[in-house]
Amino acid sequence: MARDPVSGSRAPVSPGFEEVRIIDSLVAIGRHVPMLLRASLINIELLLALILIGFSIGTLVALCQVYGGRFLGAIAGIYEWIFRSVPALVLLFLFYFGPSQFGLYISSFLAASLALGFRSSAYQSQIFRGAIQSIASGQMMAARSLGMSRPRAILTVILPQAFRLAIPGWSNEFSSVVKDTTLAYAVGLNEIMRSARIIYDRQYQLAMPALIGVAFVFLVLTYAGNGLLGGIERRLQIPGLQMPGQGEKGEFIRRK
Amino acid sequence: MTFDWRWVTPLAQGLLLTIEITTTCIAIGIALGVLLSLGRVYGHRIVRVLCAIYIQFFRGTPLLVQLSIVYFGLPTWGIRLSQFTSAVLALGLNTAAYQAEYFRGAIQAIRGGQMLAARSLGMSAPQAIRHVILPQAFRLVIPAWSNELILMIKYSSIVFSIALYDLMGVGKKIASREFRYFEVFLVVALFYLALVFIVSQALRALERRVRIPGLGAPGEAR
Amino acid sequence: MNSSVGSSPAVLRVEDLHKSYGREEVLRGVSFALGKGETMVVIGPSGTGKSTLLRCINHLTPPDCGRVWLEETEISHHRANLNRIRAQIGFVFQDFNLFSHLTALGNVRIAPTKVRGMSKRDATALAMTELERVGLSNKANSYPAELSGGQQQRVSIARALAMAPKLILFDEPTSALDPELIGEVLDVMTGLARDGMTMLVVSHEMGFARSVADEIVFMEHGRVVEQGPPAQMFAAPEHPRTAEFLRKISELYGESDE
Repeated sequence: MARDPVSGSRAPVSPGFEEVRIIDSLVAIGRHVPMLLRASLINIELLLALILIGFSIGTLVALCQVYGGRFLGAIAGIYEWIFRSVPALVLLFLFYFGPSQFGLYISSFLAASLALGFRSSAYQSQIFRGAIQSIASGQMMAARSLGMSRPRAILTVILPQAFRLAIPGWSNEFSSVVKDTTLAYAVGLNEIMRSARIIYDRQYQLAMPALIGVAFVFLVLTYAGNGLLGGIERRLQIPGLQMPGQGEKGEFIRRK
Repeated sequence: MTFDWRWVTPLAQGLLLTIEITTTCIAIGIALGVLLSLGRVYGHRIVRVLCAIYIQFFRGTPLLVQLSIVYFGLPTWGIRLSQFTSAVLALGLNTAAYQAEYFRGAIQAIRGGQMLAARSLGMSAPQAIRHVILPQAFRLVIPAWSNELILMIKYSSIVFSIALYDLMGVGKKIASREFRYFEVFLVVALFYLALVFIVSQALRALERRVRIPGLGAPGEAR
Repeated sequence: MNSSVGSSPAVLRVEDLHKSYGREEVLRGVSFALGKGETMVVIGPSGTGKSTLLRCINHLTPPDCGRVWLEETEISHHRANLNRIRAQIGFVFQDFNLFSHLTALGNVRIAPTKVRGMSKRDATALAMTELERVGLSNKANSYPAELSGGQQQRVSIARALAMAPKLILFDEPTSALDPELIGEVLDVMTGLARDGMTMLVVSHEMGFARSVADEIVFMEHGRVVEQGPPAQMFAAPEHPRTAEFLRKISELYGESDE
């Protein structure tokens, strides 16, 4: 029989309230970990979907702005400005509740992919535009002088270089947007934050462990994502092909 | 699709709260961010590591998680904060991490010769930092911080999740009451667009006012 | 310009300075003395530690061993107040290093204000005097980016002068300048020497060395190979390496007038 540290008696005594809470919390959280991890997969799915949408539309918008002439360029510019200035949450609500008001059903996953995808396209178009514009105009001239049409020149000469130049900015976008997937909870998506909320709505003491768990998952995702993207960057580097502000190896340098 | 003029007043009140929250958290962010970046550049090894850990955590985890930890998690540890305080605290801590990195970039963009020259005149290190490095760093960091301000205006919308009636919160309240989400949030979007536009223009004017020829920052991407 | 070395009280005394960067020993035991009002010019091939020597003197780069005295005080002592000492030694950098956020006037008066505690009014008056001295009083309100290289360097000299230093160190002051701007800086430096300033100059400008220096030091591989008054060094150097170097430099830079 343990001696009660407070009263000194040897009567059987249960462990202190503090200990019960911590142990119980850890055990309880342990039971929920699989659910949290499964939910995080939804975040990753959403991430991939929105990045893809953002990429395709973003490239289009960038091309419109650089090569589209005054009218198209202006429209593309306005598009970019709107989707960069309106908060993600507002876009999510518009895309989710909007269609249902007009009789169309839309799943929260689709709504979130579109809302966040269009938003990402605005940022990605900025990145691509910078990349395209930093390719020396001599490249286009050389292509045309060989008899290539404008579209062909863009496709075979400009874009391949622009994509490589855009990789650092693009991976920046990637790692910042992975955190935005949590916002989709607001339109009912069963992603990780929603699952965590369900857990601690039922048992308030689990709030901290659950949330720290979620934080941990994201730290891992961010770290892994950065590592992966860094590796891809290095693999695709062409020496000498860099944007102003990048070093020879393509890293961003802030000097000068 | 019908719009109601009566929405404007409550939305405008929400807008005021948005502005209040944003300005407060940015102020916290600047103060804390400068300290963190000074710690990372000039501090002892332990200080540098601690600052780096802080920055990594707040940049690597979603804002929603941070806000939830402050508002839902802290009470389980006995710390109960009001909604406004929680919001401003979470947002402030978050933006401080980003601002610290921008400021560190600005400090490191100042050529090393400036520090050498200051020391050669007999200035102590703190004097040199205060009179030579910081004045230049503050000017160099303005584009990045302007960006961050705009970002915070948008991210402040997240506080509706802890029942704070900022522009977003009011919008949600009206929309769910009248079940006219699309129209209401279209108006909300317009409010945000207007706010972002006005603030961008103001910041650009500020940048122009404070410019010193020859002291320019390399363009900062988003 | 003045009496020969050794008769004036020493303003600067350097004894056996050593400095290594990693495995490379850049200074291998340099010793010399500089008297009040004298101008000493250090010449030698690039990378032989000349700049390092200057930085070790005012401790911008701490030497590995060796001692340095400024007048009677040993400034290499570990308990020396470096900031106070540096305030007494002027330093002119190859890259000027003017404070980009301040005007020329601001640059010259910031140290007297912040380090010596002068009032802003007195410091401004002092700064204008020094800018006048280097011929740039009309550029007082210009920012460094608005000035030519030669003008920037003259401002940086004024900045050093404003602290009334006992000695000014010049680290290749004209090497970063376009050829047509070198003259204005050398003119200022010649004027300073004539006014009795104690100067230690690292430079390639042979014309300046020949006409202004009281003593020339030839350094190579981190050591002092030979030193002596210009007349002796240029006409009859003792060491063969000295002769060789001087000959090469004369070919490169051309003979300049006295």
